[in-house]
Amino acid sequence: MIELRDVAYAYPDTDRYVLDGIDLTVARGEVVGVVGASGVGKTTLAKIIAGFIPNVEGGTLDGSVTVDTVPISSLPLAEAVAQVGLVIQNPFNQISGAKFTVREEIAFGLENTGVPREEMITRVSDVAKLLRIEHLLDRSPYALSGGQMQLVAIASVIVMGTPVLVMDEPTSQLDPGGSRMVFDIISALTDAGTSVLIFEHKVELLREHADRIAVLADGRIVHQDTPRAVLTDDRLESWSVGSTRYTRAARAARDAGLTNPEAALPVSLSDSTDYFTTQRAGR
Amino acid sequence: MEIRFDGVRYSYPSGVEAVRGISLTVPAGQRLAIVGQNGAGKTTLVRHLNGIFRPSHGSVYVGDWTTSGKQIADLSSRVGYVFQNPDEQLFARTVREDIAFGPKNLGCDEKEQERRVVESLELTGLSEHADVHPHHLSLSERKRVAIAAVLAMKTPIVVLDEPTTGQDELGVRMVAEITQSLARDGRTVIAITHDMDFCAENFERVVVMAQGEIQADGTPQEVFVQTQALEHAAVEPPQLIRLAKKLGWSTTPLRVDEFVSGLSTEGKATS
Repeated sequence: MIELRDVAYAYPDTDRYVLDGIDLTVARGEVVGVVGASGVGKTTLAKIIAGFIPNVEGGTLDGSVTVDTVPISSLPLAEAVAQVGLVIQNPFNQISGAKFTVREEIAFGLENTGVPREEMITRVSDVAKLLRIEHLLDRSPYALSGGQMQLVAIASVIVMGTPVLVMDEPTSQLDPGGSRMVFDIISALTDAGTSVLIFEHKVELLREHADRIAVLADGRIVHQDTPRAVLTDDRLESWSVGSTRYTRAARAARDAGLTNPEAALPVSLSDSTDYFTTQRAGR
Repeated sequence: MEIRFDGVRYSYPSGVEAVRGISLTVPAGQRLAIVGQNGAGKTTLVRHLNGIFRPSHGSVYVGDWTTSGKQIADLSSRVGYVFQNPDEQLFARTVREDIAFGPKNLGCDEKEQERRVVESLELTGLSEHADVHPHHLSLSERKRVAIAAVLAMKTPIVVLDEPTTGQDELGVRMVAEITQSLARDGRTVIAITHDMDFCAENFERVVVMAQGEIQADGTPQEVFVQTQALEHAAVEPPQLIRLAKKLGWSTTPLRVDEFVSGLSTEGKATS
Protein backbone atom coordinates (compact mmCIF):
# COMPACT_ATOMS: atom_id res chain seq x y z
CA MET A 1 0.00 0.00 0.00
CA ILE A 2 1.16 3.53 -0.82
CA GLU A 3 0.00 6.44 1.26
CA LEU A 4 0.81 10.10 0.59
CA ARG A 5 -0.34 12.70 3.13
CA ASP A 6 -0.07 16.40 2.46
CA VAL A 7 3.04 15.92 0.36
CA ALA A 8 4.83 19.01 -0.95
CA TYR A 9 8.13 19.20 -2.75
CA ALA A 10 10.59 21.82 -3.97
CA TYR A 11 13.68 20.95 -6.05
CA PRO A 12 17.12 21.89 -4.66
CA ASP A 13 18.08 25.58 -4.83
CA THR A 14 14.52 26.76 -5.28
CA ASP A 15 11.68 27.55 -2.92
CA ARG A 16 9.00 26.99 -5.54
CA TYR A 17 6.92 23.94 -4.63
CA VAL A 18 6.22 21.85 -7.77
CA LEU A 19 3.89 19.59 -5.80
CA ASP A 20 1.74 20.83 -2.95
CA GLY A 21 -0.84 19.22 -0.69
CA ILE A 22 -0.86 15.81 -2.40
CA ASP A 23 -3.10 13.23 -0.70
CA LEU A 24 -3.21 9.89 -2.46
CA THR A 25 -3.68 6.27 -1.41
CA VAL A 26 -3.15 3.12 -3.42
CA ALA A 27 -4.46 0.10 -1.52
CA ARG A 28 -3.06 -3.41 -1.70
CA GLY A 29 -4.00 -4.93 -5.07
CA GLU A 30 -5.24 -1.65 -6.47
CA VAL A 31 -4.31 0.07 -9.75
CA VAL A 32 -4.52 3.84 -9.63
CA GLY A 33 -3.93 5.83 -12.81
CA VAL A 34 -2.60 9.37 -12.71
CA VAL A 35 -3.26 11.69 -15.64
CA GLY A 36 -2.29 15.30 -16.28
CA ALA A 37 -0.47 17.67 -18.58
CA SER A 38 3.20 17.20 -19.40
CA GLY A 39 5.44 18.95 -16.91
CA VAL A 40 2.78 18.90 -14.20
CA GLY A 41 4.98 16.90 -11.82
CA LYS A 42 4.08 13.26 -12.57
CA THR A 43 7.69 12.15 -12.88
CA THR A 44 8.60 14.03 -9.67
CA LEU A 45 5.77 12.30 -7.85
CA ALA A 46 6.94 8.91 -9.13
CA LYS A 47 10.46 9.56 -7.84
CA ILE A 48 9.13 10.63 -4.45
CA ILE A 49 7.18 7.41 -3.98
CA ALA A 50 10.22 5.37 -5.03
CA GLY A 51 12.41 7.17 -2.50
CA PHE A 52 14.72 8.71 -5.14
CA ILE A 53 13.50 12.07 -3.96
CA PRO A 54 14.84 13.40 -1.66
CA ASN A 55 17.45 10.68 -1.01
CA VAL A 56 19.21 10.95 -4.37
CA GLU A 57 18.04 14.21 -5.93
CA GLY A 58 17.77 16.31 -2.76
CA GLY A 59 15.29 19.16 -2.38
CA THR A 60 12.69 19.85 0.30
CA LEU A 61 10.03 17.20 0.88
CA ASP A 62 7.20 17.89 3.34
CA GLY A 63 4.38 15.61 4.46
CA SER A 64 4.51 11.84 4.72
CA VAL A 65 5.09 9.13 2.12
CA THR A 66 4.69 5.59 3.42
CA VAL A 67 4.83 2.21 1.75
CA ASP A 68 3.11 -0.45 3.87
CA THR A 69 3.20 2.09 6.74
CA VAL A 70 7.01 2.53 6.54
CA PRO A 71 8.20 6.05 5.65
CA ILE A 72 10.03 5.46 2.38
CA SER A 73 12.54 8.27 2.86
CA SER A 74 13.70 6.69 6.14
CA LEU A 75 14.93 3.63 4.23
CA PRO A 76 18.41 3.40 2.71
CA LEU A 77 18.06 3.31 -1.09
CA ALA A 78 18.98 -0.39 -1.20
CA GLU A 79 15.96 -1.18 1.01
CA ALA A 80 13.68 1.29 -0.76
CA VAL A 81 14.24 -0.46 -4.09
CA ALA A 82 13.14 -3.74 -2.51
CA GLN A 83 9.83 -2.06 -1.58
CA VAL A 84 9.04 0.03 -4.64
CA GLY A 85 9.82 -0.80 -8.27
CA LEU A 86 10.06 2.26 -10.49
CA VAL A 87 9.73 2.00 -14.26
CA ILE A 88 11.07 5.33 -15.46
CA GLN A 89 9.66 7.29 -18.35
CA ASN A 90 12.48 6.96 -20.86
CA PRO A 91 13.48 3.28 -21.18
CA PHE A 92 16.72 4.33 -22.88
CA ASN A 93 17.75 5.75 -19.49
CA GLN A 94 16.65 2.74 -17.44
CA ILE A 95 19.24 0.47 -19.05
CA SER A 96 22.19 0.29 -16.65
CA GLY A 97 24.90 0.54 -19.31
CA ALA A 98 26.96 -1.90 -17.25
CA LYS A 99 25.79 -5.15 -18.83
CA PHE A 100 26.43 -6.82 -22.15
CA THR A 101 23.25 -8.89 -22.52
CA VAL A 102 19.57 -8.42 -21.84
CA ARG A 103 19.72 -11.43 -19.51
CA GLU A 104 22.37 -9.78 -17.33
CA GLU A 105 20.54 -6.47 -17.53
CA ILE A 106 17.34 -7.98 -16.16
CA ALA A 107 19.33 -9.79 -13.45
CA PHE A 108 21.17 -6.60 -12.42
CA GLY A 109 18.85 -5.65 -9.53
CA LEU A 110 18.65 -9.21 -8.21
CA GLU A 111 22.41 -9.45 -8.33
CA ASN A 112 22.77 -6.26 -6.32
CA THR A 113 20.38 -7.48 -3.65
CA GLY A 114 22.23 -10.78 -3.25
CA VAL A 115 19.66 -13.21 -4.69
CA PRO A 116 21.18 -16.72 -5.07
CA ARG A 117 22.29 -17.57 -8.60
CA GLU A 118 19.84 -20.46 -9.21
CA GLU A 119 16.87 -18.38 -8.10
CA MET A 120 18.11 -15.47 -10.20
CA ILE A 121 18.19 -17.63 -13.35
CA THR A 122 14.65 -18.88 -12.74
CA ARG A 123 13.25 -15.43 -12.01
CA VAL A 124 14.85 -13.86 -15.09
CA SER A 125 13.57 -16.58 -17.37
CA ASP A 126 10.06 -16.39 -15.84
CA VAL A 127 9.80 -12.64 -16.32
CA ALA A 128 11.20 -12.88 -19.88
CA LYS A 129 8.51 -15.42 -20.68
CA LEU A 130 5.82 -13.22 -19.12
CA LEU A 131 6.85 -10.24 -21.28
CA ARG A 132 7.53 -12.38 -24.36
CA ILE A 133 11.15 -11.27 -24.70
CA GLU A 134 12.87 -14.65 -24.31
CA HIS A 135 14.29 -14.31 -27.83
CA LEU A 136 16.10 -11.12 -26.79
CA LEU A 137 17.91 -12.49 -23.72
CA ASP A 138 21.30 -12.94 -25.40
CA ARG A 139 21.22 -9.65 -27.30
CA SER A 140 22.98 -6.47 -26.27
CA PRO A 141 20.59 -4.05 -24.48
CA TYR A 142 21.72 -1.47 -27.03
CA ALA A 143 20.74 -3.55 -30.08
CA LEU A 144 17.03 -3.27 -29.28
CA SER A 145 14.22 -1.24 -30.80
CA GLY A 146 12.52 1.37 -28.62
CA GLY A 147 9.63 -0.97 -27.87
CA GLN A 148 11.88 -3.92 -27.05
CA MET A 149 13.99 -1.74 -24.77
CA GLN A 150 10.87 -0.65 -22.91
CA LEU A 151 9.84 -4.27 -22.31
CA VAL A 152 13.34 -5.03 -21.00
CA ALA A 153 13.14 -2.02 -18.67
CA ILE A 154 9.77 -3.24 -17.36
CA ALA A 155 11.14 -6.78 -16.93
CA SER A 156 14.12 -5.49 -14.95
CA VAL A 157 11.72 -3.88 -12.48
CA ILE A 158 9.02 -6.57 -12.29
CA VAL A 159 11.66 -9.26 -11.66
CA MET A 160 12.36 -7.64 -8.28
CA GLY A 161 8.89 -8.69 -7.07
CA THR A 162 8.32 -5.50 -5.07
CA PRO A 163 4.97 -5.06 -3.28
CA VAL A 164 4.59 -1.65 -4.93
CA LEU A 165 5.10 -0.66 -8.57
CA VAL A 166 5.27 2.88 -9.88
CA MET A 167 5.18 3.06 -13.66
CA ASP A 168 5.86 6.30 -15.52
CA GLU A 169 4.35 5.92 -19.00
CA PRO A 170 5.45 2.29 -19.34
CA THR A 171 3.83 1.77 -22.75
CA SER A 172 4.99 4.95 -24.53
CA GLN A 173 7.13 3.04 -27.07
CA LEU A 174 4.81 0.04 -27.48
CA ASP A 175 2.36 -0.90 -30.17
CA PRO A 176 -1.27 -1.60 -29.17
CA GLY A 177 -0.62 -5.34 -28.70
CA GLY A 178 2.40 -4.69 -26.49
CA SER A 179 0.56 -2.03 -24.49
CA ARG A 180 -2.33 -4.39 -23.83
CA MET A 181 0.07 -7.14 -22.77
CA VAL A 182 1.69 -4.82 -20.21
CA PHE A 183 -1.70 -3.90 -18.76
CA ASP A 184 -2.71 -7.56 -18.62
CA ILE A 185 0.47 -8.25 -16.65
CA ILE A 186 -0.34 -5.35 -14.33
CA SER A 187 -3.77 -6.85 -13.69
CA ALA A 188 -2.22 -10.23 -12.91
CA LEU A 189 0.23 -8.62 -10.48
CA THR A 190 -2.50 -6.69 -8.68
CA ASP A 191 -4.59 -9.86 -8.41
CA ALA A 192 -1.61 -11.24 -6.51
CA GLY A 193 -1.62 -8.21 -4.18
CA THR A 194 0.78 -5.72 -5.79
CA SER A 195 -0.19 -2.03 -5.54
CA VAL A 196 0.32 -0.16 -8.81
CA LEU A 197 0.45 3.56 -9.49
CA ILE A 198 0.62 4.25 -13.21
CA PHE A 199 1.09 7.43 -15.20
CA GLU A 200 -0.35 6.88 -18.66
CA HIS A 201 -1.62 8.87 -21.64
CA LYS A 202 -3.45 5.87 -23.18
CA VAL A 203 -6.72 6.50 -21.43
CA GLU A 204 -8.65 3.66 -23.06
CA LEU A 205 -6.35 1.21 -21.26
CA LEU A 206 -6.86 3.04 -17.98
CA ARG A 207 -10.61 2.77 -18.46
CA GLU A 208 -10.26 -1.00 -18.69
CA HIS A 209 -7.60 -1.65 -16.04
CA ALA A 210 -7.52 1.10 -13.40
CA ASP A 211 -9.65 1.02 -10.29
CA ARG A 212 -9.44 4.76 -9.92
CA ILE A 213 -7.97 7.76 -11.71
CA ALA A 214 -6.45 10.85 -10.13
CA VAL A 215 -5.92 14.08 -12.06
CA LEU A 216 -2.77 16.04 -11.34
CA ALA A 217 -2.87 19.76 -12.20
CA ASP A 218 -1.01 22.77 -10.80
CA GLY A 219 0.93 20.51 -8.45
CA ARG A 220 -2.20 19.13 -6.79
CA ILE A 221 -4.60 16.22 -7.16
CA VAL A 222 -7.58 18.20 -8.43
CA HIS A 223 -9.97 15.31 -9.02
CA GLN A 224 -10.30 11.60 -8.27
CA ASP A 225 -13.03 9.21 -9.33
CA THR A 226 -13.79 6.05 -11.28
CA PRO A 227 -12.08 5.87 -14.69
CA ARG A 228 -15.30 6.40 -16.61
CA ALA A 229 -16.31 9.43 -14.56
CA VAL A 230 -12.89 11.10 -14.84
CA LEU A 231 -12.35 10.31 -18.51
CA THR A 232 -15.69 11.76 -19.58
CA ASP A 233 -15.39 14.84 -17.38
CA ASP A 234 -15.96 18.07 -19.33
CA ARG A 235 -12.87 19.60 -17.68
CA LEU A 236 -10.54 16.94 -19.14
CA GLU A 237 -9.29 19.14 -21.96
CA SER A 238 -8.53 22.00 -19.56
CA TRP A 239 -6.26 19.56 -17.69
CA SER A 240 -4.60 18.74 -21.07
CA VAL A 241 -5.69 15.13 -20.83
CA GLY A 242 -6.85 13.48 -24.03
CA SER A 243 -10.19 11.75 -24.32
CA THR A 244 -10.89 8.82 -26.60
CA ARG A 245 -12.54 9.38 -29.98
CA TYR A 246 -15.45 7.38 -28.51
CA THR A 247 -15.98 10.03 -25.86
CA ARG A 248 -15.46 12.88 -28.32
CA ALA A 249 -17.94 11.41 -30.81
CA ALA A 250 -20.57 10.88 -28.10
CA ARG A 251 -20.08 14.38 -26.71
CA ALA A 252 -20.36 15.91 -30.21
CA ALA A 253 -23.51 13.87 -30.87
CA ARG A 254 -24.97 14.93 -27.51
CA ASP A 255 -24.14 18.59 -28.16
CA ALA A 256 -25.79 18.33 -31.58
CA GLY A 257 -28.95 17.11 -29.82
CA LEU A 258 -28.67 13.62 -31.33
CA THR A 259 -28.41 11.70 -28.05
CA ASN A 260 -29.85 11.86 -24.56
CA PRO A 261 -28.09 14.64 -22.63
CA GLU A 262 -28.48 12.65 -19.38
CA ALA A 263 -26.74 9.46 -20.53
CA ALA A 264 -23.21 8.79 -19.19
CA LEU A 265 -20.64 9.30 -21.96
CA PRO A 266 -18.63 6.28 -23.13
CA VAL A 267 -14.84 5.82 -22.95
CA SER A 268 -14.12 2.45 -24.57
CA LEU A 269 -15.35 0.61 -27.65
CA SER A 270 -17.78 -1.51 -25.67
CA ASP A 271 -19.08 1.53 -23.71
CA SER A 272 -19.70 3.39 -26.93
CA THR A 273 -21.31 0.47 -28.74
CA ASP A 274 -23.80 0.28 -25.85
CA TYR A 275 -24.17 4.06 -25.79
CA PHE A 276 -25.00 4.45 -29.47
CA THR A 277 -27.14 1.30 -29.65
CA THR A 278 -29.37 2.37 -26.75
CA GLN A 279 -29.47 5.94 -27.97
CA ARG A 280 -30.68 4.81 -31.35
CA ALA A 281 -33.20 2.40 -29.89
CA GLY A 282 -34.46 5.19 -27.63
CA ARG A 283 -35.04 7.67 -30.41
CA MET B 1 10.75 16.61 -53.75
CA GLU B 2 9.97 13.01 -54.62
CA ILE B 3 11.26 10.04 -52.61
CA ARG B 4 11.67 6.60 -54.14
CA PHE B 5 12.60 3.31 -52.52
CA ASP B 6 13.47 0.83 -55.23
CA GLY B 7 13.61 -2.84 -54.17
CA VAL B 8 15.26 -1.91 -50.88
CA ARG B 9 16.57 -4.65 -48.62
CA TYR B 10 18.55 -4.11 -45.45
CA SER B 11 20.24 -6.63 -43.15
CA TYR B 12 21.81 -5.70 -39.83
CA PRO B 13 25.37 -6.92 -39.22
CA SER B 14 23.80 -9.54 -36.91
CA GLY B 15 22.17 -11.04 -39.99
CA VAL B 16 18.61 -9.96 -39.15
CA GLU B 17 16.94 -8.77 -42.35
CA ALA B 18 14.80 -5.83 -41.21
CA VAL B 19 13.69 -4.55 -44.63
CA ARG B 20 12.77 -7.14 -47.24
CA GLY B 21 12.31 -5.68 -50.67
CA ILE B 22 10.43 -2.42 -50.37
CA SER B 23 9.45 -0.34 -53.36
CA LEU B 24 7.61 2.86 -52.56
CA THR B 25 7.26 6.25 -54.23
CA VAL B 26 6.29 9.26 -52.14
CA PRO B 27 5.35 12.29 -54.25
CA ALA B 28 6.42 15.77 -53.12
CA GLY B 29 4.17 17.28 -50.45
CA GLN B 30 2.49 14.05 -49.39
CA ARG B 31 1.58 13.29 -45.75
CA LEU B 32 2.45 9.62 -45.32
CA ALA B 33 2.08 7.59 -42.14
CA ILE B 34 3.95 4.30 -41.73
CA VAL B 35 2.33 1.95 -39.22
CA GLY B 36 2.99 -1.56 -37.96
CA GLN B 37 4.00 -3.32 -34.79
CA ASN B 38 7.33 -2.95 -32.96
CA GLY B 39 10.12 -4.56 -34.97
CA ALA B 40 8.28 -4.34 -38.32
CA GLY B 41 11.19 -2.45 -39.90
CA LYS B 42 9.59 1.03 -39.99
CA THR B 43 12.44 2.92 -38.37
CA THR B 44 15.06 0.95 -40.29
CA LEU B 45 13.33 1.87 -43.55
CA VAL B 46 13.07 5.62 -42.93
CA ARG B 47 16.63 5.82 -41.59
CA HIS B 48 17.68 5.13 -45.17
CA LEU B 49 16.41 8.58 -46.10
CA ASN B 50 19.13 10.46 -44.25
CA GLY B 51 21.84 7.90 -44.98
CA ILE B 52 22.14 6.40 -41.48
CA PHE B 53 21.53 3.09 -43.23
CA ARG B 54 22.55 2.19 -46.78
CA PRO B 55 20.52 -0.49 -48.56
CA SER B 56 22.08 -3.96 -48.75
CA HIS B 57 20.20 -4.27 -52.06
CA GLY B 58 18.24 -1.76 -54.13
CA SER B 59 18.38 2.03 -54.10
CA VAL B 60 16.87 4.99 -52.28
CA TYR B 61 16.33 8.24 -54.19
CA VAL B 62 15.77 11.61 -52.54
CA GLY B 63 14.88 13.95 -55.40
CA ASP B 64 17.56 13.47 -58.06
CA TRP B 65 20.08 12.03 -55.57
CA THR B 66 20.66 8.42 -54.74
CA THR B 67 21.51 8.19 -51.06
CA SER B 68 24.41 5.81 -51.61
CA GLY B 69 26.38 8.57 -53.29
CA LYS B 70 25.78 11.12 -50.53
CA GLN B 71 27.02 11.84 -47.03
CA ILE B 72 24.65 12.18 -44.07
CA ALA B 73 25.55 15.90 -44.00
CA ASP B 74 24.46 16.33 -47.64
CA LEU B 75 21.24 14.44 -47.11
CA SER B 76 20.38 16.49 -44.03
CA SER B 77 19.84 19.51 -46.30
CA ARG B 78 16.97 17.60 -47.92
CA VAL B 79 15.69 15.31 -45.16
CA GLY B 80 15.00 16.52 -41.62
CA TYR B 81 14.82 13.56 -39.25
CA VAL B 82 13.25 13.73 -35.78
CA PHE B 83 14.45 10.77 -33.74
CA GLN B 84 12.16 8.67 -31.58
CA ASN B 85 14.35 9.42 -28.57
CA PRO B 86 15.11 13.16 -28.39
CA ASP B 87 18.14 12.49 -26.20
CA GLU B 88 19.85 10.95 -29.25
CA GLN B 89 19.50 14.26 -30.98
CA LEU B 90 19.87 17.15 -28.53
CA PHE B 91 23.32 18.24 -27.43
CA ALA B 92 23.57 22.03 -27.00
CA ARG B 93 23.45 24.03 -23.78
CA THR B 94 20.31 25.94 -24.62
CA VAL B 95 17.20 25.21 -26.64
CA ARG B 96 17.99 28.20 -28.85
CA GLU B 97 21.50 26.90 -29.64
CA ASP B 98 20.18 23.45 -30.45
CA ILE B 99 17.64 24.86 -32.89
CA ALA B 100 20.13 27.31 -34.47
CA PHE B 101 22.71 24.56 -35.08
CA GLY B 102 21.05 23.23 -38.26
CA PRO B 103 20.49 26.57 -40.02
CA LYS B 104 24.02 27.62 -39.03
CA ASN B 105 25.49 24.53 -40.68
CA LEU B 106 23.38 25.18 -43.76
CA GLY B 107 25.19 28.52 -44.02
CA CYS B 108 22.36 30.83 -42.90
CA ASP B 109 23.50 34.23 -41.60
CA GLU B 110 22.76 35.15 -37.98
CA LYS B 111 19.67 37.14 -38.81
CA GLU B 112 18.18 34.22 -40.74
CA GLN B 113 19.18 31.79 -37.97
CA GLU B 114 17.36 33.90 -35.40
CA ARG B 115 14.31 34.24 -37.62
CA ARG B 116 14.09 30.46 -38.00
CA VAL B 117 14.67 29.83 -34.30
CA VAL B 118 11.84 32.17 -33.33
CA GLU B 119 9.49 30.64 -35.89
CA SER B 120 10.26 27.04 -34.86
CA LEU B 121 9.88 27.89 -31.17
CA GLU B 122 6.46 29.37 -31.85
CA LEU B 123 5.29 26.37 -33.88
CA THR B 124 6.29 23.99 -31.09
CA GLY B 125 5.05 26.16 -28.22
CA LEU B 126 8.50 26.49 -26.68
CA SER B 127 9.11 30.25 -26.95
CA GLU B 128 9.40 30.71 -23.19
CA HIS B 129 12.04 27.96 -22.95
CA ALA B 130 14.49 29.39 -25.53
CA ASP B 131 17.30 29.94 -23.05
CA VAL B 132 16.79 26.83 -20.94
CA HIS B 133 19.13 23.81 -21.04
CA PRO B 134 17.23 21.08 -22.91
CA HIS B 135 17.87 18.65 -20.07
CA HIS B 136 15.92 20.83 -17.68
CA LEU B 137 12.82 20.24 -19.79
CA SER B 138 10.42 17.31 -19.55
CA LEU B 139 10.74 14.43 -22.02
CA SER B 140 7.75 15.64 -24.02
CA GLU B 141 9.19 19.16 -24.22
CA ARG B 142 12.57 17.78 -25.29
CA LYS B 143 10.77 15.88 -28.01
CA ARG B 144 9.27 19.15 -29.22
CA VAL B 145 12.73 20.79 -29.14
CA ALA B 146 13.91 17.96 -31.41
CA ILE B 147 11.00 18.72 -33.76
CA ALA B 148 11.77 22.46 -33.66
CA ALA B 149 15.42 21.82 -34.52
CA VAL B 150 14.37 19.91 -37.62
CA LEU B 151 11.72 22.46 -38.65
CA ALA B 152 14.39 25.18 -38.58
CA MET B 153 16.32 23.30 -41.28
CA LYS B 154 13.44 24.03 -43.70
CA THR B 155 14.09 20.75 -45.49
CA PRO B 156 11.66 19.74 -48.25
CA ILE B 157 11.20 16.41 -46.46
CA VAL B 158 10.51 15.90 -42.74
CA VAL B 159 10.57 12.49 -41.05
CA LEU B 160 8.91 12.16 -37.64
CA ASP B 161 9.59 8.93 -35.74
CA GLU B 162 6.80 8.48 -33.17
CA PRO B 163 6.08 12.21 -32.78
CA THR B 164 3.14 11.84 -30.39
CA THR B 165 4.55 9.43 -27.82
CA GLY B 166 4.66 10.90 -24.35
CA GLN B 167 2.82 14.03 -25.51
CA ASP B 168 -0.19 15.21 -23.58
CA GLU B 169 -3.33 16.43 -25.32
CA LEU B 170 -1.88 19.86 -26.06
CA GLY B 171 1.33 18.30 -27.41
CA VAL B 172 -0.56 15.93 -29.72
CA ARG B 173 -2.59 18.84 -31.08
CA MET B 174 0.58 20.81 -31.66
CA VAL B 175 2.18 17.94 -33.61
CA ALA B 176 -1.02 17.66 -35.69
CA GLU B 177 -0.89 21.39 -36.46
CA ILE B 178 2.80 21.17 -37.38
CA THR B 179 2.04 18.30 -39.78
CA GLN B 180 -0.73 20.32 -41.44
CA SER B 181 1.39 23.44 -41.67
CA LEU B 182 4.30 21.53 -43.25
CA ALA B 183 1.86 20.15 -45.80
CA ARG B 184 0.56 23.65 -46.56
CA ASP B 185 4.15 24.67 -47.32
CA GLY B 186 4.35 21.82 -49.82
CA ARG B 187 6.82 19.83 -47.71
CA THR B 188 6.66 16.05 -47.50
CA VAL B 189 5.91 14.60 -44.07
CA ILE B 190 6.61 10.96 -43.27
CA ALA B 191 5.61 9.86 -39.79
CA ILE B 192 5.98 6.55 -38.01
CA THR B 193 3.19 6.19 -35.50
CA HIS B 194 1.27 3.75 -33.33
CA ASP B 195 -1.49 6.32 -32.82
CA MET B 196 -4.05 5.34 -35.45
CA ASP B 197 -6.48 8.11 -34.49
CA PHE B 198 -3.75 10.72 -35.04
CA CYS B 199 -2.91 8.93 -38.28
CA ALA B 200 -6.49 8.88 -39.60
CA GLU B 201 -7.04 12.55 -38.83
CA ASN B 202 -3.80 13.94 -40.23
CA PHE B 203 -2.41 11.77 -43.03
CA GLU B 204 -3.64 11.23 -46.57
CA ARG B 205 -1.76 7.98 -47.13
CA VAL B 206 -1.04 5.02 -44.85
CA VAL B 207 1.54 2.29 -45.43
CA VAL B 208 1.22 -0.80 -43.22
CA MET B 209 4.40 -2.79 -42.58
CA ALA B 210 5.04 -6.22 -41.08
CA GLN B 211 8.21 -8.29 -41.06
CA GLY B 212 10.05 -5.84 -43.28
CA GLU B 213 7.42 -5.83 -46.02
CA ILE B 214 4.54 -3.61 -47.08
CA GLN B 215 1.19 -5.22 -46.27
CA ALA B 216 -1.15 -2.44 -47.39
CA ASP B 217 -0.84 0.99 -48.98
CA GLY B 218 -3.53 3.57 -49.68
CA THR B 219 -5.75 6.26 -48.19
CA PRO B 220 -6.84 5.72 -44.56
CA GLN B 221 -10.32 4.77 -45.84
CA GLU B 222 -8.83 2.13 -48.12
CA VAL B 223 -6.27 0.75 -45.70
CA PHE B 224 -8.22 0.61 -42.45
CA VAL B 225 -10.85 -1.74 -43.87
CA GLN B 226 -8.31 -4.37 -44.99
CA THR B 227 -8.95 -6.55 -41.98
CA GLN B 228 -6.62 -9.39 -42.93
CA ALA B 229 -3.60 -7.22 -43.71
CA LEU B 230 -4.16 -5.23 -40.51
CA GLU B 231 -4.41 -8.35 -38.40
CA HIS B 232 -1.25 -9.73 -39.96
CA ALA B 233 0.52 -6.48 -39.05
CA ALA B 234 -1.13 -6.33 -35.58
CA VAL B 235 -2.57 -2.92 -36.38
CA GLU B 236 -5.95 -1.89 -35.00
CA PRO B 237 -8.07 0.48 -37.06
CA PRO B 238 -8.77 3.94 -35.60
CA GLN B 239 -11.41 4.07 -32.87
CA LEU B 240 -14.18 5.64 -34.97
CA ILE B 241 -13.80 3.05 -37.74
CA ARG B 242 -13.94 0.26 -35.15
CA LEU B 243 -17.07 1.79 -33.65
CA ALA B 244 -18.74 2.28 -37.05
CA LYS B 245 -18.03 -1.35 -37.87
CA LYS B 246 -19.51 -2.54 -34.54
CA LEU B 247 -22.61 -0.47 -35.26
CA GLY B 248 -22.92 -2.12 -38.67
CA TRP B 249 -22.23 0.99 -40.72
CA SER B 250 -21.02 0.79 -44.29
CA THR B 251 -18.99 4.01 -44.02
CA THR B 252 -15.52 4.58 -42.57
CA PRO B 253 -15.55 7.82 -40.57
CA LEU B 254 -12.07 9.21 -39.91
CA ARG B 255 -13.01 12.25 -37.87
CA VAL B 256 -15.51 13.04 -35.14
CA ASP B 257 -17.53 15.36 -37.43
CA GLU B 258 -17.74 12.59 -40.06
CA PHE B 259 -18.97 10.18 -37.41
CA VAL B 260 -21.62 12.61 -36.19
CA SER B 261 -22.96 13.20 -39.69
CA GLY B 262 -22.84 9.44 -40.24
CA LEU B 263 -25.01 9.07 -37.16
CA SER B 264 -27.90 10.79 -38.91
CA THR B 265 -27.55 9.08 -42.30
CA GLU B 266 -26.70 5.57 -41.04
CA GLY B 267 -29.43 5.92 -38.39
CA LYS B 268 -32.01 6.60 -41.08
CA ALA B 269 -30.67 3.84 -43.28
CA THR B 270 -31.27 1.21 -40.61
CA SER B 271 -34.61 2.46 -39.22
